Formats: sequence, C-alpha cells, structure tokens
Amino acid sequence: MSSDVAIVAEDLRKLYRLGEGRPRHNTLRDLIASSFARRERTEPASIWALDGVSFTVKPGEVVGILGRNGAGKSTLLKVLSRITEPTSGWADIHGRVGSLLEVGTGFHSELTGRENLYLSGAILGMRRAEINRKFDEIVEFAEVARFIDTPVKHYSSGMYLRLAFAVAAHLEPEILLVDEVLAVGDAAFQKKCLGKMGDVAREGRTILFVSHNLVAIESLCGRALWIDGGRIVREGPPGAVVSEYVQASFSPANERIWEETDAPIQLRRTGVRPDGGSPGDPITVRTPIVLEFEYWNGDPAAYLSVSMAVYNGQDFLLFDVCPPLEPDWREHPSPTGLLRTVCHIPGDLLNDGLHRVSLIVLRDHVPVIREPEALVFTVQDTTDERDGWYGHWPGAIRPAFRWEVNAPGRASDGTASPGRGERSRPAVSDKDPGRGAPSRDRP
Amino acid sequence: MAAPAQLPPQMELEVPVTRIRPSRGWVALGLGELWEYRELLWFLVWRDVKVRYKQTALGAGWAILQPIATMVVFSLFFGRLAGMPSDGLPYPIFSFAALVPWTFFSQGLAQSANSLVGSQNLITKVYFPRLSIPIATVLAGLVDFALAFLVLIVMMLAYGIVPGPEVMALPPLLLLALVTALGAGLWLSALNVQFRDVRYIVPFLTQLWLFLTPIAYPSSLLEEPWRTVYGLNPMAGVVEGFRWALLGTAEPPGPMLAASVIAALALLASGAFYFRRMEKTFADVV
Repeated sequence: MSSDVAIVAEDLRKLYRLGEGRPRHNTLRDLIASSFARRERTEPASIWALDGVSFTVKPGEVVGILGRNGAGKSTLLKVLSRITEPTSGWADIHGRVGSLLEVGTGFHSELTGRENLYLSGAILGMRRAEINRKFDEIVEFAEVARFIDTPVKHYSSGMYLRLAFAVAAHLEPEILLVDEVLAVGDAAFQKKCLGKMGDVAREGRTILFVSHNLVAIESLCGRALWIDGGRIVREGPPGAVVSEYVQASFSPANERIWEETDAPIQLRRTGVRPDGGSPGDPITVRTPIVLEFEYWNGDPAAYLSVSMAVYNGQDFLLFDVCPPLEPDWREHPSPTGLLRTVCHIPGDLLNDGLHRVSLIVLRDHVPVIREPEALVFTVQDTTDERDGWYGHWPGAIRPAFRWEVNAPGRASDGTASPGRGERSRPAVSDKDPGRGAPSRDRP
Repeated sequence: MAAPAQLPPQMELEVPVTRIRPSRGWVALGLGELWEYRELLWFLVWRDVKVRYKQTALGAGWAILQPIATMVVFSLFFGRLAGMPSDGLPYPIFSFAALVPWTFFSQGLAQSANSLVGSQNLITKVYFPRLSIPIATVLAGLVDFALAFLVLIVMMLAYGIVPGPEVMALPPLLLLALVTALGAGLWLSALNVQFRDVRYIVPFLTQLWLFLTPIAYPSSLLEEPWRTVYGLNPMAGVVEGFRWALLGTAEPPGPMLAASVIAALALLASGAFYFRRMEKTFADVV
C-alpha cells in the first residue's frame, strides 16, 4: 500500500458488556453458580461502544473527535492504539503509533523525576537513546530541573502533570492518538500543551485528537469527526461540525418556566425576546433583545442578585456580566416575593448562531442557584448589505461601528463619499454611535 | 479556524503497517514483538527492582531474611527433632541450598500472579506486549536470588564445602527455576484478571508446592522409578540439581531432572499460549 493514507478504519465495532466492561464472572463461585443455573439467567446487558465506524485519515492530517461522554470516542482511540481489540471490522495503521490516553501513564510515585522520565518514555514507546537525546529538552519544557532527582510523590500536582505531559509531548511517532489530556492542569499549562500540540501538528504528523475543548478542536484540527452512539454522525471542517454539535447538544429554549418549590429562593422564569416582541419571535444580528429573569425571594433577610454569562455556538464565553448594585438595595435585604431582573442587549452586538445564557442567582454574593442553560436561543443572520459575501460571518461578536472614509488631501471638507461602511450598515447610521456598544447603565 | 499547514508526508522510509482486527482462538506468541520491546522489558525489571524495597525498614534484607528464617525453623524441627536424613550433609546447608532457588521460584510465582492486576493502569492506557509484565516480574526476582546466593556461598565456606566442576550446571538449573516460575506465573496472572480467586489460591498453592518439593527432606527417600515421576514437579529437579551442583550429593539427578525439564517447558508453553489467548480481554476486564 502506498503512503497516501495514515489510518484506514472499516466498519469497526466494539461490544461491551455492562456495566463498564466488568467480567461476567467475578469469581469462580459465580461461574460455577451460573453454570448450574441453567439458561434461566437473563442475557447480560451489552452496548455497542463502536457501531460501525469507517473513516480514512491522510498523513499529516489533524483530526478532532468530539461527542458526548460515552459516545465511543475513547473506545475508538483504544482500539486504534491496540489496547483493546475490536469485536469486528478492521483498521490499518500506516506508521509508528504513539498513544497518549492519560497524562502520567507508567509513572511510579516512589521513583524520582529522572527515573520516571525514562520509565514513562519507554512505556510510551521511546527508545533509550531517544530519551537520552531529548532529556534536557523534556526537563526544560516541564520546568522541573531543580527537582528532577526528587521522588515524584513529593511533587506538586502541577509539577507532576508538567513532567508527565512533557514526556508525552516529545514522542515522535508518525501517528499520535491523544485523548482529552488537555483537560488537566491550570490555564497556563493548558495553553502550553495546546501550543505544543500545534507545533506537533505543524511538523506534519498525523494526529487524532479527542477533546471536549471545542475551541481547541476548531483551532488545531483540519477536520472533525462527531461521534454519537458509536457512529460517526458528521464529518467535515471543524467549524461546521462543532457548531452543529453544539446546536444538537442544546435544544433552543427562548422561555423556561420552573415549578414552584419549597425552597426559599427559586428561579421561576427566564425568557428572551426581541425588544418590543414576545418570546419566540425571531432575533437577528440587528435586533435589540431583552433577557428577563424572574425569581422568588421567600427570605426577608436575603439580598439577591444575578449574574449571567453568554456563550456562543462554539461554547466560547462572550461575556460574563452582572447588573450594577442597586444603590437603594445595597447591603439591604431584597423585597420578598417575585423579583425580576431584565437585561437589554443592544442590536449589532451578537453574531449569528446559537447562544447560551448561563445564569447564577446569588444570595448575599454567594451563588445559590446555577442554571447553565437558563436560555438557549438562535440569532439569525440578515441577508442585507453583505457586499456579495454569503459565507458565515466570522467573529465571536458582530458589532457595528461608525466608519468614515474620506480623502484628506482634497480641498473640500473630506466627506467625498458617504462611506462604504456607513452604507453597509444603514441600520446604525441614524443611531447615536454610542448605542452600538454594550452599556450597563441604560435608562 | 485556519487549517494547519499540511506538510508533505515524511514517510519515505518503509512504513510499518499494523492491521487491527479481532483475533479468534489461539494466537501466535508474538516473540518478535516481545524482542522489539526488550528495552521496555528492561525498564520494567529495573522499576520492579528499584521499587521493591522502597520505604521498608529492612530493605533488601528481606531478600535473605525469608530463606534464612525458614532454614532455621526447618533445621530445628526437621533436622534436630524429627531427625530427617539429609544425604549426609549438615542439615542447615542441605535445606538452605534448596531454599535459595525455592524462594526465587515462590516469590516469582506469587508476584507474577498479581502482576497484571497490579498493572491495571498500564494495561488500560497503553499498548505493549502484555507478556513483558509477568516476565519482568520474574526477572526482577533474580536480584533477590543473587543476594540470597551470597549468603549460601558464605555458609558453604563456613562448612568448608568446595563445589566441583558440577557447579557449571548451576546457570541452566536457575533457568529451569525461572521457566517454572514464569510458566505458573503466566497461567495465574491471566486467570487472575478474570478470577480474583487467584489471590487466595496463590499462598495455598505455594505452601502445598513447598511440601511437594524435596526441600525439608531428600528425594533419595524415593526409589526409582518413583523418583523420576517425582521429577514431574519441576522444582524437585531444580532443588536436587542445586544440591548436586553445589554440595556434591552422591549421584546426579539424571532421569529426574529430565522429567523436570520436560514438565517445566510444557508448563511454560501452555502458560504462554493461554496468556496470549486471554490477552485480548485484559484491557476490558482487568
């Protein structure tokens, strides 16, 4: 076979017995007991973790795999890295495979950093000569030079992770299978890991990358596979697959109503509508919108407030805001009964696509209610004035700014033409320019 | 959003192609692959040696304490009180020369039986030939053996025993002990993945095996052909072989040793094939 493919998978299937791959017979006694129990026992429940997965990956491609927990992503990587066998189907892997399904595979807490570096490297498939050659580089990447001869059980968890990832990051197989390893560590560490992954990708190696970090999938991968129920449900450019995945994961909810409970503080209703319209009316990128949050205060001593965060279809946080403290209520208890907080979001701020509002109700500045999907709504694009561009308008937000185009060299006053920018945004040209920007203290 | 630069594939050299497919029934041993992973095997041995006595007060002292304590007890009860024959040798060295290879075997058996279950985190997260795990565990026991063997040399000097040319037979005899430990270890470790009963069987099994092996008594108590039949316990051949090679007991354990070699190889081969057959379930079941 030629080397124009790196991975070919054909109808891979994997059957697991529930729950979670436990053996049917934990002890000999169970085996003997069940042998005598004739055929009365029910068939063990089983699940197809992979249910006919076929795909091809070209050398140098970086493919992101996304899907819900239990969708079969990790099983796919386990099959491809030969940890477990498929039940049926086959796959061909062209080249050396390195798999990184966990940070710190093979680490032993009693051994020193140096010893673990060699051990883990060998387990992940490095030759000793290769480890010798890269030793300094790995230690430097991990920033643990001072503690390299200390047993890793004395390491902080951050140091441990850094060393463990550093070893794995210096693997040089032609094909790298990576599972969710970026979900650990602090922000700085994650950034470093993502950077390293990007470097590896640019070196032209083939990467299969499972992650819940949709932004990482979009920025690192050239193609995405969305797996659900053990099958590939969508495959294509990461941007398109990610937003479809997010849309399918959240069903739109322009209005939500909660049942009354006995709790002293309850969320009752949330809603989103165009300014002057009602929930369910279409919202476009131009429409000013109103978010309403109604909640119940049954505690005369409580001071309540809300805070909300808005995410876009790629699950990227657009903003996290709260209303300014009401001067009259500051440090005073809130009125009891139904309270309503309303937020006005101007038009020409949100881009098109799915948006999710995460709401927190705070009592005396301490969160008491968290509702990660308080509202989920779609902002539609408008088709006017796009100057012939009909693709997706890029960007997390879609603000309208005031533009001027003039020719200062001319003798006249400089407004030689009306300005393309203004023409392309007729909706704003008659507005006060300040209204295009979000403001907290609207009347 | 931008697609990463697609460099031309750097695979102009020969590209190994791995075919992943379900295996059925008995599978090949994969010794070639095991050899390719020999560096990993070495690292696993080295890890086991390094870790074995970490955070123990006596450290490597445990390696010699066990056979010495057993020798003392055996010498008192079997040697003194019961007056057990010892092929004309002082009873302490008669039993110790047997206890040194026995301890290597029984430790290797017990630790390899638990090796797969103890390596759960590796087995479910990374691929390598699983045979490396029990093999490394048994090999790591050689360090303990060397320490105990030093004590044996000291004792021989104390008793003024100088071995003859038969001592050359010692390395193959040690190999026989290793093969026996590994053969039993492969069976037990693979069984242990599915049946944790093995954990309870192992101490019982080693105790029985101890008394079925001529450690506290000489095999010369048996007449031929029963002595040869007795050799089907490979450790009987090992132990009598050690005594013959080191202490110069009268006759070489010829037919008995041959029986032991055959039994040990059969144990190893069956263990290895059973292990390979069960291997595909390890990651899912362990």
